[in-house]
Amino acid sequence: MLEIKCPYCGKRSQNEFAYGGDATVKRPNLGEEVSTKDWDDFVYYRDNPRGKHTEYWHHVSGCRQWFKASRDTATHEIFNTSSLEEEI
Amino acid sequence: MQNYSIFSLVKNAFSNHQDWEVAWKDPEPKKEYDVIIIGGGGHGLATAYYLAKEHGITNVAILEKGWIGGGNVGRNTTILRSNYMFDANAHFYELGMKMWEDLSQELNYNVMYSPRGIINLAHTDGQLNAYARRGNSMRLNGIDAILLNREEVKKMIPFADFSDTCRFPIVGALMQPRGGTARHDAVAWGYARQADSMGVDIIQNCEVTGFDVENGKISGVRTSRGEIKTKKVGLCVAGSTTLLADKLNMRLPIEAHVLQACVSEPVKPLLHNVVTFGAGHFYCSQSDKGEMVMGGDLDGYNSYAQRGNLPMIQHVLSGGLAVFPNFSRLKMLRSWGGIMDMSMDGTPIIDKTHIDGVYLNCGWCYGGFKATPSSGFVFAHTIAKDEPHELNQPFNLDRFHTGNIIDEKGVGPKPWIG
Repeated sequence: MLEIKCPYCGKRSQNEFAYGGDATVKRPNLGEEVSTKDWDDFVYYRDNPRGKHTEYWHHVSGCRQWFKASRDTATHEIFNTSSLEEEI
Repeated sequence: MQNYSIFSLVKNAFSNHQDWEVAWKDPEPKKEYDVIIIGGGGHGLATAYYLAKEHGITNVAILEKGWIGGGNVGRNTTILRSNYMFDANAHFYELGMKMWEDLSQELNYNVMYSPRGIINLAHTDGQLNAYARRGNSMRLNGIDAILLNREEVKKMIPFADFSDTCRFPIVGALMQPRGGTARHDAVAWGYARQADSMGVDIIQNCEVTGFDVENGKISGVRTSRGEIKTKKVGLCVAGSTTLLADKLNMRLPIEAHVLQACVSEPVKPLLHNVVTFGAGHFYCSQSDKGEMVMGGDLDGYNSYAQRGNLPMIQHVLSGGLAVFPNFSRLKMLRSWGGIMDMSMDGTPIIDKTHIDGVYLNCGWCYGGFKATPSSGFVFAHTIAKDEPHELNQPFNLDRFHTGNIIDEKGVGPKPWIG
């Protein structure tokens, strides 16, 4: 069981959360010219690291806020969590 | 190579089974090979076997970081099926189904192929309609499929919850009668033994640490047991695909996720088919030992750990109890996890790459085991001919740029949603 620290509610059990994927993926800016390759990279391609991974979580059965977590994909250790605006 | 038969069994009984030949050798790596296959799992071993058998390429090495068959080929729930709707998947997996039928004879190794039928339960009329559509697509592609009504399903699995008050009533099912199971370890060992007998070197405890690429062309691999020259390298490393692709500066539409399975204590014969629950993630079959072999969904977050977490086991088994309430008294024996190479459209990638002589076999998501023979067959063709077989042409890497993705489940590029 993972214990995840919601930046707003504190430590809660994994059961209250939903995963939201790689948080380093950045959508190309609206209104800017974007090549097909850049767009496909954004939609489909991932770094998929073994080790530290920055990712989105959603406290869906709690405060319903999205936030970021830094977690090790090999050990499942969670280093820290932050709000979306903060640097993690 | 010693042939396995009733006569060899009797003969060796007289010497207390002490004189059996080793099934495969343990050679030192040579300086150079025509083809190197990285990954001694089902797909890697099958690829080496078909390279030797179909294409006469026998100067081949399989490099395995651990021991052969220790990864996903030994961790899956052994299900065989070709119940796909899309043509590309249907044709490819159906080749596999046909190959399973006489694989034991071909390999002279009992893979315990058991076409016991796979039953996908439907719990709403809409779901049954969708299954009817899928079944029609399958039949148009020459694959067996029958639609079962509630009473027909009840005859097959009378102990499922057919009560009036159940939350997910069973309204019918789609069945592929030729679907079934096989003994996963035997598949790895059978391919290994035959590949070895044709001259393939199976090199275990040999981790690939780097690649030598010159002018966009592969010239060798660096391993924990020294450098080995080669002109062609095939990657069959499932969950570790990204880790090796990183060494080739290749970014892929793949995420690693952990998928768990579990077995119960052995009980007397009860469940005679493979059954999938249609209102949640749960599927089950009974092994020849009597254990209920159960699986479900990914744990739901990126992971390279070959172990999962209890909340998902609980979630999967609660789905199981919704359909089979009598399982509540089964004791669980063990659970384990394997790393899935989840591709972003749920379909495998079997293709050449931008590096000359590097070939990719990955993205198997939930379902690599059933494809072991067909994957090995078309991947060997791709490597030997330096062009894809017509059956794996749709599984090209370029589809993520051309838009020809094969999204059978319609999930989108979020594999953890399942």
